Amino acid sequence: MKTPIQFILNGEEVAAFVESGSNLLDTLRESVGDLSVKGGCWQGTCGTCTVLIDGVPRVSCVTLAETCAGKSIETTAGLRRGPDLHPLQTAFMERFAAQCGYCTPGMLMAAKALLDRNPNPTRADVIDAICGNICRCTGYEPIIEAVLDAAHGDARRQA
Amino acid sequence: MLEFRKDIFADERDDNLIEVGQPTARQDILGHVTGTSPYYDDHRFGNLLHLKILRSPHAHARIRSIDDSAAARAPGVKRIIRAADVPVNLNTLLSLIQFGKDDEPSLASDVVRYKGEPILGIVATSERAALEAMALVRISYDQLPAVLDVEEALKAGAPSVNATYPKNTFEYYGKYDHQKLRYGDVEAAFKQADIVLEDRYQMSPIEHAPTETNGSIAVPDTNGRFIVYTSTQALFFSLDTSAKINAMQSNQLHFIGGTVGGGFGGKVDTLTEPLSILAARLTGAPVRYRFGRHEEMQFGSPRGAERIYVKDGIMKDGRIIARQVRCYFDSGAYTRLSSYAVVKCTAHIPGPYTIPNVHADVYCVFTNRTPATAMRGFGVTAVDFAMECHVDKGAVAVGMDPLEFRMLNIYRDGDMKAHRRQAKNTALIECAQVTAEKANWPLRDEFRRMSSREGGSPERGGVVDRTRAPALASAPKLAPTDTGAARTRAPSVAPSPVVPQRIAYERPTAAEPARAAPPQQPAPRPIPTPSAAPPASTPAVSTHGAARFSSVFGTRRR
Amino acid sequence: MSITVKTYARLAEAVNALSSERAAHFLGGGTLIMRAVNEADPSVQTIVRSTDPVLLHIGVSSGRIELGAGVTMAAILAERELSFLHPVARAVGGPAVREAATVGGNLFAHSPYGDFAAALLALDATVALAGGFGQREQPLEEFLGRRDRGNAVVASVAFKRPLPDSFRFSKVTRVHPKGISVLSISAQVPSASGRVTGARIAYGAMAPTPVRAKAAERALEGRALDAAGIAPALAVAADGTSPADDAIASAWWRREILPVHLRRLLLGAAA
Repeated sequence: MKTPIQFILNGEEVAAFVESGSNLLDTLRESVGDLSVKGGCWQGTCGTCTVLIDGVPRVSCVTLAETCAGKSIETTAGLRRGPDLHPLQTAFMERFAAQCGYCTPGMLMAAKALLDRNPNPTRADVIDAICGNICRCTGYEPIIEAVLDAAHGDARRQA
Repeated sequence: MLEFRKDIFADERDDNLIEVGQPTARQDILGHVTGTSPYYDDHRFGNLLHLKILRSPHAHARIRSIDDSAAARAPGVKRIIRAADVPVNLNTLLSLIQFGKDDEPSLASDVVRYKGEPILGIVATSERAALEAMALVRISYDQLPAVLDVEEALKAGAPSVNATYPKNTFEYYGKYDHQKLRYGDVEAAFKQADIVLEDRYQMSPIEHAPTETNGSIAVPDTNGRFIVYTSTQALFFSLDTSAKINAMQSNQLHFIGGTVGGGFGGKVDTLTEPLSILAARLTGAPVRYRFGRHEEMQFGSPRGAERIYVKDGIMKDGRIIARQVRCYFDSGAYTRLSSYAVVKCTAHIPGPYTIPNVHADVYCVFTNRTPATAMRGFGVTAVDFAMECHVDKGAVAVGMDPLEFRMLNIYRDGDMKAHRRQAKNTALIECAQVTAEKANWPLRDEFRRMSSREGGSPERGGVVDRTRAPALASAPKLAPTDTGAARTRAPSVAPSPVVPQRIAYERPTAAEPARAAPPQQPAPRPIPTPSAAPPASTPAVSTHGAARFSSVFGTRRR
Repeated sequence: MSITVKTYARLAEAVNALSSERAAHFLGGGTLIMRAVNEADPSVQTIVRSTDPVLLHIGVSSGRIELGAGVTMAAILAERELSFLHPVARAVGGPAVREAATVGGNLFAHSPYGDFAAALLALDATVALAGGFGQREQPLEEFLGRRDRGNAVVASVAFKRPLPDSFRFSKVTRVHPKGISVLSISAQVPSASGRVTGARIAYGAMAPTPVRAKAAERALEGRALDAAGIAPALAVAADGTSPADDAIASAWWRREILPVHLRRLLLGAAA
């Protein structure tokens, strides 16, 4: 049975008919066409599918899509403004914070949730922010450095 | 921070390093941070069908009956795929290079040999529909005794796991049940040794657990061709394997891979493509076969467990004079790549040490466990773990600093290795010295003065028994050597001075003036002609063009 | 077969739907139910949810604390009055899971999950159940023994505010903070004149449900919180537990390390 759903995705209104009981990950990828969100475990435990819902990080694979009606959802596809990358994206590139890249969209959203709320995070804050996101490639250090770079930018380079 | 120790071996090379040491961005990192790098599942098709596989719940059982009639009628189900549907339902991955016999079905028909073995495929309009249909399948099994331990599997009377290899070991060159390395006389050396240390090491299977699970989407293209989007690490390998299993020509398949969401060796076994292609052929629609996370953990092949026995004979002055290794690779129920891992392991023993007496037996064993595969350092990582732990114990036993103990025994230029090749271009002593410096690890003067280029010789290490020809009792007759691959033959007397290799990169750009020519170098040492005596262990030569795949066939690169 | 989702503005209506629908489950944060849906678990065919604001209510009065069943771990972390519970809430998954995981959902999370439920057990909590009968209260311990039967929905939990600095929590896991528990220990150890009175200790992942360590509690009564004082309690730390062998740890290991971690928790040593 299909059920209608409407929400805001990266600033744009979207609408779809989804199979009742669909999770948000499938809705975004299959019904709305946002392939920047990735699925890793479909159990809510790896964080790969992390998106922001009203500014708050959520694991989309165990989020019932229908609970998102009217909400504002952000994914990696919406991070850049036209040609301009988000500071997190630039920092990830400069710090080699991605290898296979599969955890990267989820990591970016988890990091954005942190920086939107706390523009001055400590290293411990960053670690907590990404502690729900599994990376099998980088060993996490480059990611932590990238998030700190994005937050503190020039201050860090001068240090 | 990368530091170049250009002072070391400075006379041996020109340092025109252009790329090495410079940070270079991955060509796909922009795609990664914008979420646009295309993984196999980032392609959409309007009529995509979903393939889910029903798997054995038992480690070893005979399938008595399968009733899939209710499943076939279930809502959303388009096709049930049975063993009889698979055109070539017996394969081994390395048959592509004629190594090993076909032993693994894509879908089990009469016997299941490990928990998770595929039995039936269900193709439906959604994953949910496929899973719900799967719950309607009725299979009855007669459970069989299972063997889950490598040494138990080799005992007389153990349940036979693999019908192709009924004695539970892979067969090398048609007759050997393991790989051997023989050098010198370990038994004599153990009698002479001051200390004999023996221990057993064990690792469990290790799951790669990539964030992206294994999967593929097969799409009917035109004129009998299929496009396959896949997570494989081994595009051509997977294409050829899929072609064989589907009895198709390779040119009927167009494989598109590229971005692998984490491989580490766990995406080479071509576990999804053959059946997703078959499903696409049988339904005429695009079909995705995607592992769930539980499938990835249980059924996705792990790094195979290994059990390793190491016995060292050590002199009071710190020389390791004998090393005996017995290693069992748990290949699980089928060969896949473990046959090759065993060859690599044997080639690696005894590690980077000059030990004059070495004896190794390495087995590829079948058990009723998930078939194993490659993972970083395939074939070598675990045996290194075992040998290095053992070396640490040796250092303690002898009362030597573990780093100095290693430096004493490690290869130097001119030393003879157990594989009868002379070590050259060694640098481990210098690595140890720099490591000690960085870690503020004290080294005695004698060790700080050591050099990889000094003191090496075939006699170093002490006890070298030259009276025994290190030949296999039943070595096969040597066939004419492969054309064009002249082989070095280790000289049996003191070697001529080792001439360092010179490497020069001279690529001036248009803007750049040409660099000064490198200093004059002595002519390279001529390659010795092969001697009359055959090398110790040589298999029958394959006529396949891939015979230069050296480690498998025993030929060596120059 | 399609999943049916029914949403109700009032909790009482949701409760009615739960009993009348096939294979119906009440949705908390979704971390457990949606996983089952993703795996096409046949025991989940209908999802019943309620947007009743009572589920999100946090009530703090001078002596008593009440948490709606829909209160998330993140909401607890945002509430300063609940700072003693912050170590527990922080140990439930990572930030994204904490935004979804609820007090009520944690009560139904099977071992080795359910550390927040174990903390509530150590706080002597009661659950307010909404059923056909209206609402009634039940001690948490009694509820846990029967949680997989019946169709009542947890509306809220309540407990007496613990004395300052008397509530402690320790989670033993390989991956901090979000890893699945090898075990967890929640303890209220109020003391008067240097002697423990009325200790409450509850374990997570040491039995099919969170359990009270009653033998250890009795052994602590009247004792000092020093090495000698707690020794008898450590000796009976594992009494009444029945830990499982699972992918995280063996039963043997859990029993072995339990007294070590209980000791550290009681003596205030760093983990």
